[in-house]
Amino acid sequence: MADLFKLQIITPERKFYEGDASMVELTTEEGEIGVYRGHIPMTAMVAPGILKIHEEGGIKEAALMSGFLEILPEKIVIMAEVAEWPEEIDISRAQEAKIRAERRLNEKGGDIDIVRAEIALKKAVVRISLMK
Amino acid sequence: MASIRDIKRRRDSISSTEQITKAMKLISTVKLQKSRAKAEASKPYYDMMYDTINSMLSKSGTIEHKYLKAGDSNRKAVIVITSNRGLAGGYNNNIAKLVQQDERLEAELTDIYAIGRKGKEALGRKGYNIVQDYSEVINEPLYRDASDITMELLDAFGQNRIGEIYLVYTSFKNTVTQIPTIKKLLPVEMTEGSDHADLALMNYEPNEDEVLDSIIPKYMSSLIYGALLEAVASENGARMTAMDSATNNAEEMIEELGLIYNRARQGSITQELTEIIAGANAIS
Repeated sequence: MADLFKLQIITPERKFYEGDASMVELTTEEGEIGVYRGHIPMTAMVAPGILKIHEEGGIKEAALMSGFLEILPEKIVIMAEVAEWPEEIDISRAQEAKIRAERRLNEKGGDIDIVRAEIALKKAVVRISLMK
Repeated sequence: MASIRDIKRRRDSISSTEQITKAMKLISTVKLQKSRAKAEASKPYYDMMYDTINSMLSKSGTIEHKYLKAGDSNRKAVIVITSNRGLAGGYNNNIAKLVQQDERLEAELTDIYAIGRKGKEALGRKGYNIVQDYSEVINEPLYRDASDITMELLDAFGQNRIGEIYLVYTSFKNTVTQIPTIKKLLPVEMTEGSDHADLALMNYEPNEDEVLDSIIPKYMSSLIYGALLEAVASENGARMTAMDSATNNAEEMIEELGLIYNRARQGSITQELTEIIAGANAIS
C-alpha cells in the first residue's frame, strides 16, 4: 500500500471530506492530475470533473465543479466552491441542464452567454457521467 | 387619576404585547441556533482561504496585480448587510451609523450595494447612492449569491466605476455580543509580518498571476458569504436580546400596574363604604 497523506475537501457550507488517502485524482484547468504523497508544493485551479479519492478501503468518487487546491508534500487541501457526492446529485435535473445548455450553445447568443452555457454543460456532463 | 377601567385596559394591552415579544424571542432563539451552526460550518473554508491568500501575498510582495492596488476611480463601493425586518434592537441602526461615521465613505462618493432593506432605507435617506438591492438574499443566503455579488462588483471595478470595495456587516461574537464591522475587500490588504516560510517553495499552475486572478474573486465571495451568515446569526441574536428585555419590561410594567390597579380598587371600595355608612348615619 502506498503512503498515505491527509486530504481535506472544504466547501463554503461544510467540511466535505477529511481523511487519509493514498492518491487523489481530479481535473485542473491544466488537465487531469493524480497526486501521491510527496508531491512538490503546488497551487492549481480546479476545473469541472470527477474527483477520485483512493482510500485504503477503496475508491470514493464525487463531482467537483470549481475552486482551487493546495498541494503540500503530506497534505492536500481542496477548496471547492461546489462539490457533490453521487447520492446528492439529481440525475434528471442534470440531464435537463445538459439539454438546456446544448440548446443555448446552438442558438449562439452573446459571448458571455456562451461561456456560461459551456460551464453549465460541463457541469451537467460531469454529474451524469458520475452517475453511470 | 386614571380610572380602574383605564388601568385594566392598559394592563391587558401590555400583557398581549408581552405574549408577542415572548413568542418572537422564542422564534429568534431557534433561528439563532440554526444560523449560528451554519456560520460555524462555513468557518473552516474562510480560514483556509484567508491563510492561502495571506501566504501567497506575503511572499509575492513585489507582484503587480490589478486587485492589489486601488482603481483610478475615486468612488467607493460598500456592501451593507442589514436585515429586512426591524425589532432587533440597535442592530440595523449600528450598521447605518458605522457607515456614516467612517471618514473614508463620503455620502456623495459612495455607492451602496445593499443587502437588507433596513440598511438600504436608512442610508438612502441620508443621501447615499444606492446602486443595487439584494435584499432577498438575506432571507436565505447561498454561496451562489455571494459569488454573483462578487462578479458584479468586480465588473464595476474592472470598468473603473469604483476604486475600492468595502464590506460592512455585524460580526457575531456570541449570543449577547455582536460587533458592527467594516472590512476592506479590494484592493486586498494583508496583515503584515505573517510567517509562511513553509510555503516559500509553492508552485503555481499555470502561473501566479492567473491563480491570483481566479483566487481573489473566490476569496471575496467567501468573505461575503461568511459575512452574510454571521449577519443572519447576529440579527437573530440581537432580536433575541431585544425581545428578552422587552418581555422583562412588560412584566415589570404589568406588576406595577397590578399594584396601582389594586390600590385604585381598594380606594373605590373604601369610598363606597364611607358613602354607605354616611348615608345610613344620616337616615338614623
